[in-house]
Amino acid sequence: MIGGPQGSGINSVAENFAKACIRGGLHVFANIEYHSNIKGEHSYYRLRVDSRELRSHVDWVDLLVALDKETLFGDLTKAHPTHSGHRHEVSPGGGIIYDAGLKLSPDSFGRDDITLFPIPYMDLLIDALKEFGKERELSKYQVMVNTIALGASLGLVNYDFGLASEAIREGFTGRKAALGELNISAAQHGYDYAEKIFGHSAFPIRLQRQALGGKRMMIRGVQAVAIGKVKAGCGFQTYYPITPATDESEYLESHQGNYNMIVVQAEDEISAINMATGAAHAGLRSSTSTSGPGFSLMAEGLGWSGITEAPGPVIILWQRSGPATGMPTRTEQGDLRFALHAAHGEFPRMIIAPGDVVECFYDTFDAFNYAERYQVPVIVLADKFLASTYKDIPFLNTDGMKVDRGDLLQELDITKNPDYKRYQLTELGISPRTRPGQKGGIFWTTGDEHDEYGHITEAAGLRVRMMTKRMKKIELAGQVIPDSKKATLHGPRTAPITIVGWGSTKGAILDGMEELSANGVEANFLQIRYVSPFPTELVQKVLYESRRKIAIENNYSAQMAGLIREMTGIAVDNKIVKFDGRPFSQNEIYEGVRDIVKNGMSEVMLSHA
Amino acid sequence: MLELKNYRTQVHNDWCPGCGDFGIVNAIQMTLLEMQLEPHRIAVFSGIGCSGKTPHFINAYGFHTLHGRVLPIATGAKLANPSLTVIAVGGDGDGLGIGAGHFVNTGRRNLDFTYVLHDNGVYGLTKGQASPTLPKGLKTKSMPAPSIQEGVNPIAMAVASGYTFVARSYALDVRHLKMTLRAAIEHRGSAFVDVLQTCPTYNDINTKEWYAGDDLPTKAPRLYKLEETGYDGRVSDATIRDVVNAKKGDALLKSFEWGEKIPIGVFFKMEVATFEDQLATRMPALAEKPFVEQDIYNRDIALLLDELA
Ligand SMILES: Cc1ncc(C[n+]2csc(CCOP(=O)(O)OP(=O)(O)O)c2C)c(N)n1
Ligand code: SF4
Ligand SMILES: [Mg+2]
Repeated sequence: MIGGPQGSGINSVAENFAKACIRGGLHVFANIEYHSNIKGEHSYYRLRVDSRELRSHVDWVDLLVALDKETLFGDLTKAHPTHSGHRHEVSPGGGIIYDAGLKLSPDSFGRDDITLFPIPYMDLLIDALKEFGKERELSKYQVMVNTIALGASLGLVNYDFGLASEAIREGFTGRKAALGELNISAAQHGYDYAEKIFGHSAFPIRLQRQALGGKRMMIRGVQAVAIGKVKAGCGFQTYYPITPATDESEYLESHQGNYNMIVVQAEDEISAINMATGAAHAGLRSSTSTSGPGFSLMAEGLGWSGITEAPGPVIILWQRSGPATGMPTRTEQGDLRFALHAAHGEFPRMIIAPGDVVECFYDTFDAFNYAERYQVPVIVLADKFLASTYKDIPFLNTDGMKVDRGDLLQELDITKNPDYKRYQLTELGISPRTRPGQKGGIFWTTGDEHDEYGHITEAAGLRVRMMTKRMKKIELAGQVIPDSKKATLHGPRTAPITIVGWGSTKGAILDGMEELSANGVEANFLQIRYVSPFPTELVQKVLYESRRKIAIENNYSAQMAGLIREMTGIAVDNKIVKFDGRPFSQNEIYEGVRDIVKNGMSEVMLSHA
Repeated sequence: MLELKNYRTQVHNDWCPGCGDFGIVNAIQMTLLEMQLEPHRIAVFSGIGCSGKTPHFINAYGFHTLHGRVLPIATGAKLANPSLTVIAVGGDGDGLGIGAGHFVNTGRRNLDFTYVLHDNGVYGLTKGQASPTLPKGLKTKSMPAPSIQEGVNPIAMAVASGYTFVARSYALDVRHLKMTLRAAIEHRGSAFVDVLQTCPTYNDINTKEWYAGDDLPTKAPRLYKLEETGYDGRVSDATIRDVVNAKKGDALLKSFEWGEKIPIGVFFKMEVATFEDQLATRMPALAEKPFVEQDIYNRDIALLLDELA
């Protein structure tokens, strides 16, 4: 773990460390916790490295890298303290790298079971700067102590420095190349110092390269979604800045030149969704990306997309803790019910909740196909934890991914039917669509109830037929899309315990299950991926056979458990919830299930508090 | 040769008899006819209100959107397919009340489209409450008390927001309206036309007779044409800041003239790069063909993946 004030560059340290690891054949799972603040507040990056694939983080730390004192001791001296630092989280036998310049007495750590590695950050940085004749510009380069710390941590675990310097170098291209060399030198100073002063055996954990298991990449949730959009042929993205969604749009905008995708920063989320729907009606695959506060503003627009049977947009809802501004930079799965019911009236919508970064890519891609095939808005329900999850994965495989544009007529087909009706009542509920500009395809569309041409009506009979036609589409989607996409039962079919979850808790649950199994508790895991259309029969079947059903959710009320009850009539037996804005760790899943199974608790609320 | 009937639909029109909206929809149809634009190359967007029904009467792709959201939806469609002639229409409540944020921010973009405001001083469809353009202190027929909120100046707002064509016309002067709409549609950039529209049902102040000046001692019409007074709102050189600012100043000053004399015509006009032009500098493919006509459904993402390796 590396911690420091915001603006101190913990990201680049963690990310360079991660890159160096995957290039050495290792596996990484990383995620960041930060404040809604630009400079100064405490933030930390958790980096878990192993020789096998990782899907979650843990709450203990083997090596803590502190860029400041608060990372160690918290902010207890402040008027309104919020945390007591991370020194307690270091596991016995672990170590702490910190600034020797802080002149801390070893006793102040209150730990005699760990090793302290004070590193003179500033002195080493000055040494590095001297080599480049820049020692007099120290204040300008001060943030580079983060790179000293990166080097020191690599030195302690005795990892291949060449891989790290390569990663650093890539971050500084073109005019910045010289700065890259300076950073490499700083890292080298940290590395050499740690090796020289503490020797090879001071820290028990070694990181060793291993053979590469195929081509791998490091990816964040926001990037996985964005790349899914590129692959799907999205041509239009709108957004209004909001954490944690913005990074996705900025990523797309920075790559738009290569892919011909219009990215518009709208004046608010009302505009963002409506622009996207306008583009969808005009025939371009479109999307918008937001978080809870923005999605709240989008509600009416969502309904317009629904009643006008627009082929989209795809809406990415990066949940964060609410309500209102809540905790803007913290995670939560609090918007399941909201996504399902946002906007007045009844209309079909699809909702997919990817469980990890890889699913973020494929689910986003599918979302565009559904939007056009069923002419519905599609919501991809992700969250801050997934957005900032940074993990190694095999190269995304795009074999067999096919764009399906649904019933989009070509001019030639349109001319065959001189009386084109955009909202033709069809057996399946889907009316072939045209796009503005096509000859013979003129249509009208309105948020009022309408006839087959798209003109306003208040006739009771027509209302019933149109409403039924629209609602049929979600039934159709439910029948056509295989259950295997909508939900997955992980682990042994007949385990005595079934964990039920959705979205970003997947990784922690899977890793937690292994830990449970190693301790004699067998469980399987029903991951629900499609919220709408809901895999009712499959869920019913699995839960009917299950002896003990435990819902695990990153919210207060276990919203999915409620939905399951609504859809299947089956009540879960126990709940494990967490709503402190932090994601579940592997060990929390283990502890939560253990508390239920071994200690007889019926409901568990977990928190970092 | 396209005829007037090619721009009309058979949809039943339920506006009140004598409503100024008839003048606006007729003028739009006649302008399109005059320009001989093919109906399938045109998309008409509207908000919610009496005025919101307009697209249903025009034979062109028609989008009857949400209250206040006509501009974002028109913007999205226009960007998806810049080859369309896009006309947005809406009420004064729609555009300057609930949709005011979009009004300002759409002006900032200078998209190549036309926005026609049905300025009747009231919320027609909800039965005559004050609209944002109704001056303070006035009470129209169905209002319980005079308005204690200041009225906004649509022309001044448009100039300040960045619309590059700003004009006013009158729903009952179809010739002038036609001429103004044509200039607006032909303008490359965001064109805003504030159309003074009579609402005989609820606005008993700004009536046809009032505009005709029947209540004035002189009996002289209130409306006069800017171009007949030698006023020229065109910016001669958009690259010179002072020239632009001077013209904006003139337009703002004129826009506050209201009462016994009310100017109509073009207040401001300037040619600068449109939003689409600017996007095309980032994505040259956009200058060739709208993205809806391009094959963007077979993209190779190898570049993106390599970046993350
Ligand atoms: C979000 C929302 N709020 C309120 C309404 C009710 N409403 C319908 S039309 C209208 C006002 C119409 O006035 P204006 O925009 O001036 O159009 P006009 O009828 O005068 O042409 C209102 C408030 C609505 N449709 N949507
Ligand atoms: S209420 Fe006014 S604006 Fe609406 S249709 Fe009647 S006259 Fe026209
Ligand atoms: Mg009005």
